[in-house]
Amino acid sequence: MASPMRIRATEKDGIVDVRVLMKHDMETGQRKTPEGQLVPAWYISSIEAKVGDKVVYAAQFGPAVSKDPFLHFKLKGSAKKGDSISVTWADNKGETRTDKTDIK
Amino acid sequence: MNVQRRRLLQMTALVGLMASAGLMTQAEAATWNKAAFEAKTMDDLMKVLGGGAPQQSDAVTLRAPDIAENGAVVPVGVETSLKATEMAILVEKNPSALAAMFIVPAGADAFASTRVKMGQTSNVYALAKVDGKWLMSSKEVKVTLGGCGG
Repeated sequence: MASPMRIRATEKDGIVDVRVLMKHDMETGQRKTPEGQLVPAWYISSIEAKVGDKVVYAAQFGPAVSKDPFLHFKLKGSAKKGDSISVTWADNKGETRTDKTDIK
Repeated sequence: MNVQRRRLLQMTALVGLMASAGLMTQAEAATWNKAAFEAKTMDDLMKVLGGGAPQQSDAVTLRAPDIAENGAVVPVGVETSLKATEMAILVEKNPSALAAMFIVPAGADAFASTRVKMGQTSNVYALAKVDGKWLMSSKEVKVTLGGCGG
């Protein structure tokens, strides 16, 4: 089971500032073990942020995104203080994880 | 034989099958732009993304350091005052140019910030799709320690 994300969402002057820190190894598929075998690629490929049923932000990552990916985005109008925002990621092996937080 | 591991493998295979058959409704499996992320060079990538060659624009801001001491973690961001629907971050000399793409629905600010790996000193590009055309701004980021070896 994947480790939880850390999500911080704060509202200021109508702009909701969301920072997400995911826990994932983000293997590129380029790295080799000391025995010379390639470590297969394993990375988060899609991220989706929702308020209610509505997708408010989405991103696609390639293996070039750093280990334990960080994503920072801003919402202007699609969310407000007190809303619950949920973030879901999926990796290239089909594993997913969803975490949510309230916008403060 | 490790039973748990077997079961996990079966599960993984099943999920993969569901994804390929289009049974998974979650956006991830279906919409991930495989061709774009596998494009090696910028030219190849722009062919996949469509919209023609990107134009240099002052309205697109790329936030990246001049020198990255550690190529494994390079903070980069893209921002534009224009009404962008999609944005992307590219590292020219990485094995695949495209690092991340952002989909910006109405109600979200055209802003994204993340951290990427860089194998070596390279130009970094920030792209924003405005009215179906790609605008870009770029910057060279010097890497003193590459992040793609290990």
